[in-house]
Amino acid sequence: MGRSYRIPLPALAASAFVLVTLAIAMVFFVAPNDADQGFSQRIFYFHVSIAITAYACFAGGAWKAFRHLTRRDPRYDLESYVAVHQGVILGVLVLLTGSIWAKISWGHWWLWSEDQLVLFLVLFLFYCAYFMLRFSVDPGPQRANLSAVYALFGVVLIPVSFAAIRLAKNLIHPVVFTLQGPRFGGWILVTYCVAQAAMLVLAYTLYRVELAGKLLDSRLRELREVLA
Amino acid sequence: MTYARDVVALARKDLLLELRARDTLPAMLLFVVSTFVVFHFAVGSSPSRLAANGLLWVAIVFTALLGLGRAFVPEREQRTLDGLVLAPVDRSTIWVAKSIAALAFLGAAEVVALPVYGLFFHRLSGSAVAGVVLADVGICAVGAFLGAIAVATRARDLLMPLLFLPLAIPIVVGGVGASVAASPGRYLGFLVLYDALFSVVCWATFEFVVTE
Amino acid sequence: MLRASGIGKRFGERRVLRGVDLDLARGGFLVVTGPNGSGKTTLLRICAGLARPTEGELEVEVGRGEVGYLGHDPLVYRELTALENLDLYGRLYRVPERRERVGMLLERFGLWEARHDRVGSYSRGMTQRLALCRVLLHDPALLVLDEPYTALDAEGAVLLDAQLEELRAERALLVSTHDPERVERFATAHLGLAAA
Repeated sequence: MGRSYRIPLPALAASAFVLVTLAIAMVFFVAPNDADQGFSQRIFYFHVSIAITAYACFAGGAWKAFRHLTRRDPRYDLESYVAVHQGVILGVLVLLTGSIWAKISWGHWWLWSEDQLVLFLVLFLFYCAYFMLRFSVDPGPQRANLSAVYALFGVVLIPVSFAAIRLAKNLIHPVVFTLQGPRFGGWILVTYCVAQAAMLVLAYTLYRVELAGKLLDSRLRELREVLA
Repeated sequence: MTYARDVVALARKDLLLELRARDTLPAMLLFVVSTFVVFHFAVGSSPSRLAANGLLWVAIVFTALLGLGRAFVPEREQRTLDGLVLAPVDRSTIWVAKSIAALAFLGAAEVVALPVYGLFFHRLSGSAVAGVVLADVGICAVGAFLGAIAVATRARDLLMPLLFLPLAIPIVVGGVGASVAASPGRYLGFLVLYDALFSVVCWATFEFVVTE
Repeated sequence: MLRASGIGKRFGERRVLRGVDLDLARGGFLVVTGPNGSGKTTLLRICAGLARPTEGELEVEVGRGEVGYLGHDPLVYRELTALENLDLYGRLYRVPERRERVGMLLERFGLWEARHDRVGSYSRGMTQRLALCRVLLHDPALLVLDEPYTALDAEGAVLLDAQLEELRAERALLVSTHDPERVERFATAHLGLAAA
């Protein structure tokens, strides 16, 4: 069964609260204003850290799916599902924040040239299909297997789609890729790291809460069955 | 090699089933040609090369979808999948055989569809045809796998395109690139990579699709 | 050959089988009875290797290729002929001298004349006979038969009786039925399942 040395939920919730508060404070009061885009560029801290957290959720979901396939323990199926679920919610946030950022920076709500935005749209479609699949099969080992296999496809699809999106962009108007993005250093880096840590801990806390609820549900059902 | 012998026996069965029922291939052929005609009226008589290539790839993906969605339907309707799962063969042979059969149908449809496309729109370059061939492998490998997933669900036909299209986006990128880019090599390479990567994933996980 | 202790099965929240123990050795003939919905089919599918128990221990001492399973569905393709169906299974099960064995079985079950006809044109009784041919094709050591007498006419049932008589000494059989009288003389053990 699962690990027994988990961090207790209250401690997790408290640290998530502290980190998120700190991150918000730093984003608004500590990080310097961007030279080109000014104050509103600060949405970058949320956008990027949520995106990375969403990837972490998808990867976690795939890892749990893999564990399910090797162990065939329904608990891993539930964990995989909850992780993917979190990933999709965060994915919607990435699309929203990315869209706002695009509007601020370039004046358009949607930009096909934004790799990350397009990739999240693809992933959003992919994981929506994951939910459709899950809702279309009765609960049981078969649903667990099919979901797990599809979740594993997801982690292969992420790098492949990323490469494809780059290739497609190259096709329409060739661009030279350099690694010279906005200068990353000092308070920008510190603020970003805090925001990233806050998002990861928050997502993990929500994952644990959701999981605890679902486990309680299924225990209750088992108990009811025993009593019946 | 027994693996290859099992695949041959199963693929022969799949081709024979289609030969008897004759419902997939004619439907695919009719669909792809009708799609071209619809496109003509949608985009006018002389679309740009880029647009026409886009049409070709959309037509290929949806035609394939039509056939792939049906790949496991006979097994499901007659519940014969249990018989194959019980047999002492590597379960992935079931997927390999279905992919080969699907590839045969898609290839047959394209033998007609590509010349028709050349006639209606633009002539295809050699690298475009190479792109089609490489894309077909990936489409059929992934599509047959997802077909097996889709028939196990209640939604079935409804679910198949939803499962398949997000996974087909990289194929379309590679295929369009191979058709229109000045140096199609990297796009063809990308298609090879896609085929290899997803074939390995399908091969390794198919067992879980058909067993508990 | 087959040993189960406390096996049960649930699909999500629905329980279909609970706490079944059984022990079947070579030469054994276990008759499974029970009302509709008592999990007979589920138990047999588990024993044949088509499903996994969600609880309990199951030991099957023979490989996948040595199990013969007859289910509610004949597991043959309606668009193929009897010969083509058995040829396919013969290849997959690597049956030695496939042609001879297929011919012998078709002959024994009275399907030789119809061997080139599509299974879709068969009557239910003929399809069930063909399913029996499929089960016996690879000479399995463990036979799992779910209601084998279903759809068989008097003649077919007599044929099946003769087969069971011949097989029971050297094989292990697990047979579910609504009509235990029919197989009473073969039975070495009984298992009654209660409605879940």
